Amino acid sequence: MKKLRILSLALAGALCLSMLSGCGNGDQGSANTPGSGETTPAGTENGSTGSTDGTIKIGGIGPLTGSAAVYGLATKQGAEVAIQEINALGGLQFSLDFQDDEGDTEKAVNAYNKLIGDGTQIIYGCTTTNPCVAVAAETYSARYFQLTPSASSTTVTEGKDNVFQVCFTDPNQGITAANYIKDNGLGTKVAVIYNNGDAYSTGIYNAFQATADEIGLEIVTVQTFPDDSNTDFNVQLSAAKDAGADLVFMPIYYTPASLILSQAKSMGYEPTFFGCDGMDGILDLEGFDVSLAEGLMLMTPFNAWGEDERTKTFVSEYEAAYGGIPNQFAADGYDCMYAIYEACTAAGITADMSAQDVCEALIAQFTSADFSVDGLTGTGMTWSANGEVSKAPVVVKVEGGVYVTQ
Amino acid sequence: MSFLNNLITGISLGSVYAIIALGYTMVYGIAKMLNFAHGDVIMVGAYMIFFATGSFGLNPIVGILLAVVVCTVLGVVIEGLAYKPLRQASSLAVLITAIGVSYFLQNAALLLWGADPKVFTSVIPEGSLPIEGVNITYVSLVTVLACIVIMLALTWFTSKTKMGKAMRACSEDKAAAQLMGINVNRTISMTFAIGSALAAIASALLFSSYKNLIPTSGSLPGIKAFTAAVFGGIGSIPGAMLGGILLGIIETFAKVINTNISDAVVFAVLIIVLLVKPAGLLGKTVREKV
Repeated sequence: MKKLRILSLALAGALCLSMLSGCGNGDQGSANTPGSGETTPAGTENGSTGSTDGTIKIGGIGPLTGSAAVYGLATKQGAEVAIQEINALGGLQFSLDFQDDEGDTEKAVNAYNKLIGDGTQIIYGCTTTNPCVAVAAETYSARYFQLTPSASSTTVTEGKDNVFQVCFTDPNQGITAANYIKDNGLGTKVAVIYNNGDAYSTGIYNAFQATADEIGLEIVTVQTFPDDSNTDFNVQLSAAKDAGADLVFMPIYYTPASLILSQAKSMGYEPTFFGCDGMDGILDLEGFDVSLAEGLMLMTPFNAWGEDERTKTFVSEYEAAYGGIPNQFAADGYDCMYAIYEACTAAGITADMSAQDVCEALIAQFTSADFSVDGLTGTGMTWSANGEVSKAPVVVKVEGGVYVTQ
Repeated sequence: MSFLNNLITGISLGSVYAIIALGYTMVYGIAKMLNFAHGDVIMVGAYMIFFATGSFGLNPIVGILLAVVVCTVLGVVIEGLAYKPLRQASSLAVLITAIGVSYFLQNAALLLWGADPKVFTSVIPEGSLPIEGVNITYVSLVTVLACIVIMLALTWFTSKTKMGKAMRACSEDKAAAQLMGINVNRTISMTFAIGSALAAIASALLFSSYKNLIPTSGSLPGIKAFTAAVFGGIGSIPGAMLGGILLGIIETFAKVINTNISDAVVFAVLIIVLLVKPAGLLGKTVREKV
């Protein structure tokens, strides 16, 4: 039954999107598309990429199916909520065409090629790191502005002036986690279980290890697994248990983490589990026993159960549209759209500009000293020239099936 | 202590391989073909149990029975549609067809149920039995027991019953069996029905231990179990069990040394065993008639 509901939601979402884009194309210059007032009609000299219907075309890429689908869907839906709000404001108009990459590098590049073929002006994505690195290489040479909600490796932005992140970087997470564990005395003997076949996981681990050595946090054992299809973690957990670890740091995605939590319970091992933003989504896993996650701590910049007005509005709009509690990725997606919107407004970008002109104008705007964005995942977000965002991470703990900000 | 712990983990993992390997070896022993879709039939069985217990709130036992029925029908249908027309074809053609069926099932599952992981609810009560300071989960205990029971039942079935004897006759010489009045096609269909019913039981036990269910979840355990069947001597029922358990233990200890090379160690051991004993540990060396 649940499956049917998700399917019907997806279909309804697709229908809405097609209706939206239908509107934009049909009512050229009418009152329905206020942004189109000053744009010139079809056939401008700016070339094929310039949109002519007064709507800035954003092309999104992320996994809508596959093992990381929870992230991709969240980034897509969060962005859609933001776009509805922005378009209702009546200024610049946006449209979002979101393509599935299944978390796969090759499919992400195919999705990117399809998007630019369709006249996309700004690339939003990818959701996960490895596809994002591949697409970033393409956008860098073709000069498309790219903003990722959640690909957090430094390799995403390294050496590419056109790629920016809304999430914090992997090393930043590792450093913060080590300091947080030490400062709050969460554990004295730490075990690490990470995926050494994955850039995200390895990036966080390396920074965590370096910081732990520096501040004198004792790491008793480091255990690895080669990829996310791994299902047996008894060996790794036994090693952690035998080493007397009272905290297990897991900079990994939620799918293997859910298995680790259940296997740890079967062997009667109850340390504090501490994860990073990849752990966000574990409570939404279909069929997952949330009591296994009780006491799990993770770093996420967004708490859907937060008390501020903007979060509450976002959560209620999201629930009304998609019928679920938004996670951090949805909030990242939402912030991406507002960051693009505010930058476009400040830089005076119009829908008829070519993607390359939009790219240069947005780069200048994002890196300018007086540009800062207030979003759901942080207030006063600013960007450095290398594309990294500056904002503070927050640690939450799962209590009674919800996040509680620490 | 940690040695004993790892040994228990290895036996638990191995018993899951063994129970899948029994299905492989059964079909190979009789029909002389490698049913690579076996792992994917297991995956289908697991989805049946997941939806029966999760979405419709049925009792796990009812869920398993439903899965047994669905898998048996699926196995017979696969055999009838994909393998029966190839009875006289070369074994290579049948092998490729089996791989095709495997991909077909995976992609059909992807289409029907999507790729987002489902967390399987264990059909066996969670928890573990502490023996001498080592925790043995109930799932492992039940898996090992089920494995032994199935092995004994299959051995009895193939050696004592009429259908079992017909199966062994087909395995030895199809043409001669036919001349003796055995319906070869019906016997092979029966073999597939039994193999697929075993797959349904394996799915309940496999996913009770390793809970994440996606359309490709069956393929890796399937390949490991095939390895186990070859290791123990493919076609030999006790061999499948021995091979499965040994494979689980070797894999676990290889992981203790280094998680990245565990699969490499497993297959290296397989190569060495096959070099020394080409028919596998308990396999019979059959002299080729000229």
